[in-house]
Amino acid sequence: MLKAQNITVSLGKSEILHDVSFEAKPAQLTAIVGPNGSGKTTLLRAMTGDAEYSGTVELNGHDIKTARAWELASERAVLPQATPLAFPFTVLEVVRLGLNSGVTADKGGLVMRALRRVGLAGFEGRFYQELSGGEQQRVQLARVLSQVWEPVTDDTPRWLFLDEPVSALDIGHQLQVMQIAKDYADAGGGVVAVMHDLNLTAMFADSIALISEGRVLRQAAPEAVLQDELLSRAYQCSVRVNTPPADGTYLLPHAASFAAE
Amino acid sequence: MSLALQDNIGVTTVAGDRTRRARQLTWFLALLLAGGMLLSLAVGASGTSLWSGVFDLVTGQDLALRDKVVLLDIRLPRTLMGVLVGAALAVSGAVMQGLFRNPLADPGLVGVSAGAGLGAIIAIVLGGLLPAVVTDKLGYYLVPVAAFAGSWASTLVLYRVATRKGRTSVATMLLAGIALGAIAGAISGLLVYKADDAQLRTLTFWGMGSLAGATWTKLLAATPLIVAALAVSPFLARGLNGLALGEAAASHMGISVQLTKNVSILMVAAATGAAVAVSGGIGFVGLVVPHLLRLMVGPDHKYLLLNSALLGAALLLVADVISRIVIAPAELPIGIVTATLGGPFFLWILLRQRGLLDM
Ligand SMILES: Nc1ncnc2c1ncn2[C@@H]1O[C@H](COP(=O)(O)OP(=O)(O)O)[C@@H](O)[C@H]1O
Ligand SMILES: [Mg+2]
Repeated sequence: MLKAQNITVSLGKSEILHDVSFEAKPAQLTAIVGPNGSGKTTLLRAMTGDAEYSGTVELNGHDIKTARAWELASERAVLPQATPLAFPFTVLEVVRLGLNSGVTADKGGLVMRALRRVGLAGFEGRFYQELSGGEQQRVQLARVLSQVWEPVTDDTPRWLFLDEPVSALDIGHQLQVMQIAKDYADAGGGVVAVMHDLNLTAMFADSIALISEGRVLRQAAPEAVLQDELLSRAYQCSVRVNTPPADGTYLLPHAASFAAE
Repeated sequence: MSLALQDNIGVTTVAGDRTRRARQLTWFLALLLAGGMLLSLAVGASGTSLWSGVFDLVTGQDLALRDKVVLLDIRLPRTLMGVLVGAALAVSGAVMQGLFRNPLADPGLVGVSAGAGLGAIIAIVLGGLLPAVVTDKLGYYLVPVAAFAGSWASTLVLYRVATRKGRTSVATMLLAGIALGAIAGAISGLLVYKADDAQLRTLTFWGMGSLAGATWTKLLAATPLIVAALAVSPFLARGLNGLALGEAAASHMGISVQLTKNVSILMVAAATGAAVAVSGGIGFVGLVVPHLLRLMVGPDHKYLLLNSALLGAALLLVADVISRIVIAPAELPIGIVTATLGGPFFLWILLRQRGLLDM
C-alpha cells in the first residue's frame, strides 16, 4: 500500500502542490495524469523522497521519511523523467548498476533477462551514450526492473515509480512498456506511473488520479475519472470520451473546440 | 546476435562486460609498478648499482657505506614516496571526477592543491617571522605542515560555501574552487615579491613539484594520511558508480549520497594535501591516469580506483626516473616531466570532449 496524505510541496517561492492526498494499491497500475506543469512529477518526487514535503508518505506501512535509503531501495525502484549518464558505460554496465542494491551477484542472469524484457537483447555491448532517446529510456527501465525484479518478496509487494515511461517511445514500444508495467502489477507488485497519453492510460490503468494546478481533482477507477466534463475542466479544452464496446476506451480532444484565449 | 562468447579458458564473457579485462589489467599494472620500483631503485646520478648492492647483501658482504646511503636512504624513500604520491594523486583525481561527474575535474580544480600551495608559500616566505621555538621544533617540516594546514583550511572553506542544509552543490563547489584558486594565487603572487633570492629558488622548485627531497621522515609524515585515504577509496566505488546516474537515481538505488560526497571530499583533501605537502605541485597525474583507464576498461569505479592507484604510482616513478636522467647529473623537477607529457594529453581530452563542455 502506498499512502500519501496532505502533501504540500513548495519549490522556490511558490507552492506547487496544495494539500494533496493520493493512494495506490499493490497489484494495481495507478496512473497520475494532468496537464503540463500541474505537479505530476512533483507529487512523484515527494513520494520517492526526492522533494521536501509536509504531510506523510507511507510505503508498505512505514513512513518513508524515517526509512533508510537502502531499505527503500529494496522495496521500490524509480524511473525518472530523464536520466543523465556521466561516463561512457556500456548498456550492460548501466543495467548492472541497478543490481547493486539487494542482490550483489547477478544470479540467474538478471541483467540479460531485464534487457530481453525491454526488447534490447543484443544491445548489451553498445555504449549507452550512442543509443537513441527511446533506446536509452528502455535501458533505464531495464535497470529499474533489475533493482526490484521480483514483484513480491516475503509477502511484501515491491513498487515501480515511473515518470512518463513511454514519452520517447514509438507506439509499439509504448504498448510493450505498458505491458511490462501491467504484468508487474498482475504479479502482485505496485506500479505508479505518471502518464501523458490518456488513451494508453485508459487501456492499462486500474486507478487514475487526475491532477490540475497542484490539486487532485479526482482519484478513482478509470471510468469515473475519464469523463468529458472533468477532463475538459482539467485540460482547459473540450474533451469527449467515446467508449465503443469492442475496442475499449479511447479519448480524443475535440478538434474544433480548444479553449480560445 | 550472440549473447555470450566462450573464450579459450572456458570463462563466459558477455558483450559489454569489461570486468574480466579490468581484473587482468590490475595484474598487469601490478607488474608494471614492480618494474617501475626496480627501475627507480636502480637508476640515479651516483652510479651505484642496485644489483651489486643486492648481491652484496645476499652473499653476506658488507655494503660500501656510500652505496648503503644511496640505496637505503636516498633511492628507497624516494621510490616509496613516488608510489604513495602517484597513487594518492591518481585516486584523488578519479574520486573527484566521479563526484563531479566530469572527466576534467581534478583536485587542482577545487582549490585543494592551491590551498596546500599557499600554505607552503606562506611558510617559505614568512617562516622567518615565526618565534624561534616554533621554527626550531618544526625545522624542515615547517613547509609540509603549513601545506597540510592550507589544504585542510581550503577544504573546510569550500565545504562551508558549497554545502547548505547538509547537501553539497557540485556546481557551487566547482565555482568556489575556482575562486579559492584565484585567491590563493593572488596572495602567493604578493608573497613572491617579498621573497629573497634563495626563497624564490625554493619556491620555483617546490612549485614545479619534485620527489628529490624524499627522506624517511618526510615519507613517514605523509604515509598515514595517504594510506588512510587509499584504504577508504574502495568503499566509495558503489556510491560513485551511482552518482554517474545523478544524485536522485543514486539515492533511489539505496546509496547514501551525502555520505558518499562527504567521504569523497575528505579522502581527496587528505590524499592531495599530504601529496602536495611532500612533493609540491605535481600536475596532470590525477587527470591523465583515470582517463586512460576509462578508455581501456570502462568507468566502473570498482576497478577504476585500484587500477588508478597502480598506474598512478607506476607512471610517477617512470616520470621521476626520466627527471633524474635527462639532464644528469642535475635533475629536472618532476612536475616539468608530468606537465610535458600531461599538458598535450589534457588538450587532447579537451578536443575530444568539446561537445561535453558546451553543455
Ligand atoms: N525546481 C523548481 N523550482 C520552481 N518551480 C518548479 C521547479 N520544478 C518544477 N517547478 C514548477 O512546478 C510546477 C509543476 O511541475 P511538475 O511537477 O514538473 O509538472 P508536471 O505535471 O508537468 O510533471 C510547474 O509549474 C513547474 O514550473
Ligand atoms: Mg513531469
